Amino acid sequence: MEMRILGRLTADALPFYSWVAVGGAVVTVLGFLTVVGVITWLGKWRYLWNEWLTSLDHKRIGIMYVVVALVMLLRGFVDAIMMRAQQAFALNSDGYLPPEHFDQIFSSHGTIMIFFMAMPFLTGLINIIVPQQIGARDVAFPFMNSVSLWLTAAGASLVLVSLVIGRFSTAGWSGYPPYSGAEYNPGVGVDYWIWAIQASGIGTTLSGINFIVTILKRRAPGMRLMRMPLFCWTALASSILMIFAFPALTVATATLALDRIFGMHFFTNAEGGNMMNYTNLFWIWGHPEVYILILPAFGIYSEVVANFSAKRLFGYTSLVYATMTIALLSFTVWLHHFFTMGASANVNAFFGIATMVIAVPTGVKVFDWLMTMFRGRITFHPSMLWTLGFIVTFVIGGMTGVLLALPPVNYLVHNSTFLVAHFHNMLIPGALFGYFAGYMYWFPKAFGFTLEARWGKRAFWCWIIGFYLAFMPLYVLGFMGMARRTEHYDIAAWQPLLIVAALGALVVLAGITSLVIQLITSIRNRDNARDLTGDPWDGRTLEWLTASPPAPYNFAILPQVWDIDAFHDMKRRSVAYARPERYEDILLPKNSGAGVVLGGLAFTFGFAVVWHIWWAAIAALIAILGTAVARSFRDRTEFRLPAGEVKEIEDRRLRDLAKGGAI
Amino acid sequence: MDGCTLIRAPLLHPAGPVALAERDLLFTAVLVMLIVIVPVFIMAFLFAWRYRAFGGRGRYTPEWSYSAKIDAVIWLVPAAIVAALGYLLWNETHRLDPYRQLDPGTEALEVEVVAQNWKWLFIYPELGIASVNELAFPSGRPLSLKITSDTVMNSFFIPALGGQIYAMAGMQTRLNLLADKPGCFRGRNMQYSGDGFPEQHFKALALPRKDFDSWVANVRKSPRTLDRTTYRALAAPSIGHPVSYYSGVTPNLFDSIIAKYTGGHPE
Repeated sequence: MEMRILGRLTADALPFYSWVAVGGAVVTVLGFLTVVGVITWLGKWRYLWNEWLTSLDHKRIGIMYVVVALVMLLRGFVDAIMMRAQQAFALNSDGYLPPEHFDQIFSSHGTIMIFFMAMPFLTGLINIIVPQQIGARDVAFPFMNSVSLWLTAAGASLVLVSLVIGRFSTAGWSGYPPYSGAEYNPGVGVDYWIWAIQASGIGTTLSGINFIVTILKRRAPGMRLMRMPLFCWTALASSILMIFAFPALTVATATLALDRIFGMHFFTNAEGGNMMNYTNLFWIWGHPEVYILILPAFGIYSEVVANFSAKRLFGYTSLVYATMTIALLSFTVWLHHFFTMGASANVNAFFGIATMVIAVPTGVKVFDWLMTMFRGRITFHPSMLWTLGFIVTFVIGGMTGVLLALPPVNYLVHNSTFLVAHFHNMLIPGALFGYFAGYMYWFPKAFGFTLEARWGKRAFWCWIIGFYLAFMPLYVLGFMGMARRTEHYDIAAWQPLLIVAALGALVVLAGITSLVIQLITSIRNRDNARDLTGDPWDGRTLEWLTASPPAPYNFAILPQVWDIDAFHDMKRRSVAYARPERYEDILLPKNSGAGVVLGGLAFTFGFAVVWHIWWAAIAALIAILGTAVARSFRDRTEFRLPAGEVKEIEDRRLRDLAKGGAI
Repeated sequence: MDGCTLIRAPLLHPAGPVALAERDLLFTAVLVMLIVIVPVFIMAFLFAWRYRAFGGRGRYTPEWSYSAKIDAVIWLVPAAIVAALGYLLWNETHRLDPYRQLDPGTEALEVEVVAQNWKWLFIYPELGIASVNELAFPSGRPLSLKITSDTVMNSFFIPALGGQIYAMAGMQTRLNLLADKPGCFRGRNMQYSGDGFPEQHFKALALPRKDFDSWVANVRKSPRTLDRTTYRALAAPSIGHPVSYYSGVTPNLFDSIIAKYTGGHPE
């Protein structure tokens, strides 16, 4: 084999194969340069490095996760609207996208939305909120938290770089072999996909470990498990799923990489390979993944519905058991993603019934939320609107999910746009609406001022109307036999529905625009929307006890918990803001640049392997090990915040509370 | 398609007993689930209206958070529905097992199906003929398909007649279908397989006995035959391959396509 210093990287890697691809590359590069330019112009590099990039504060790490999620949401949505536009035009024509480019777009859309939008969004919200809800000062492993973030960022960067240098995978977000194998896809696209999800997948496994230990070990006195807010329970369930499910994905994609790079035969057609082993492994991760995404949103809905109904959550114990049951059952249903592989009727019937069983605890949750509203006093904060929109829309997705769980029906609608409509029906109202509800609910906690409600409501209405317009036609198209991932078609009856779906995507675009306007106007008017008390919604759980934004240590004195709605209970007993006799020194994690370095090295390693630049890959691997070892020799990873300073911060906080009328 | 009107929504207007039973199961399940769905809709809108903070007229019980009766209902009603659907699922999954022979009284027509990039090859082992992108068979007589792939994973689907099944290299899956009446349907690959995927569809012709015989006679007139060499040329990737007929086929071609990947029987 001829050795080249840059592996297989040549000038051909530039995206001159279609004008749309060139446009995407130019926008990506310009966006990157603009961000770098603005930061330089403002002279904010040092601030950014010291206060954010190297921070081990769970709240800042959480905010950075959400920023990654929102940026990637825009990128993933551009993919979506391009697909909708292509299909709206492509009756008896090629549309405006060549097939290979269309295939990259549906692959990157799914990959981005799952791994780099939804995952960072929920990880960010858990990071910001869970330690506060359980009355902790930080997560159990603050440095590992930073490593997780930067591994996720490394993965996201690989996806973005594939726009400019080389191409992305055309094998869909699930990357089924043998199509994704070297025989049928020798290019770099699948490799970008593999290494992007490898990096972020390892980050997610670490996050899962971190959250589990935090929740089990760092709860405030009196915070028994059965007093934890529902969001903590769902975060715990989701984290358990992360550490059990993600290794399956890591193994599946790693072995696929072995097939591709070293010519092994795990999943190839011949030489003893079997693609169904990949499919099994992928969905052993993939089905729990659905619940990794949805359960935290269920937690958010539980918090929001109780808060804005000004009432205790109905059926707390039922909700906890339902959550944990769903988490357990999520490992027993993976085969329903490929009922059509020709398994025996017994096997298919078993997995079909197991799948339907999940509908029971899910139904229980829906009714518990409704019963929480019953005899409440409901205010229609945007977060409550997202919740209501979710309840009504999600049951439709639940119904189509049960249909898909019936193997004979599944044979009819599998791989069709009906399936596409179903999982968007689960993930948009089920997960994304929840993240938006959490974003609008907890924004003041993160930044100290509330988001403007008017544009929040507009965003909601655009999203929900856009959702129905975009996805109900896809259900119908499924009945008409339209396959998913169709680049063009020759059946005229499909086109009107695809045009409606494209209009739906435009309405969602208006929703995204509303979110952007909401953020901008809220930042402009922040002085009129300050949250002085830290408790803007008359909250019930402990995160509303801290200042907005919280002090680095969250709680100067760890709270004593007596009730499920711990903070509500404190306010009722008028002990919420009681002043302690004296403050004590607090240990906090020191900043560390090692996370950023590890992320950068992981990116380098991924990029080098994609392009077969072996010397760089080996060097990056050695550097990763070296950095990890060097970091492990650092003994003083914490600093002491003296009691005097804590007192100063808390005095200021009490003045704000008085100004805000809370005391 | 030439001289062939497509059914607008083949899943809703099936042309055979398999697809009909699958569709009916879908309808039944929707009806059963409405027992849960409708109350959710009503409660969501009713509660949001009645208990709104400004102007709502409902009672307010801020500390009320549990009722054993309600808890029992919301666990047991969905559980009962799932139990009913589960019973239905078990029976229907066995009855509609794609491997199960339809109507054991009548001898089925066997056709071997090979997915290629990006077309479908149909081999009629009893008749010694083959066709590409056109599957003809007599209506009213069961059709028994053996399916494999000579490329990436595909999924074989004729929506009007019944559900799909994967086509995988080195493996064989089976599908049993039946068309009640003569008709012309669209069949296709449902599993994305690359650039030629959009065009990877075929015509499924359910013909009256007499017409089927003349279709066979017509295929027999083709000058082309399928042996290992011509097969290799056919298997090369092509997009929008025209319908073509082969008057002769090397025996056991289908098995040798599978064996190529299993290593047991080299060509």
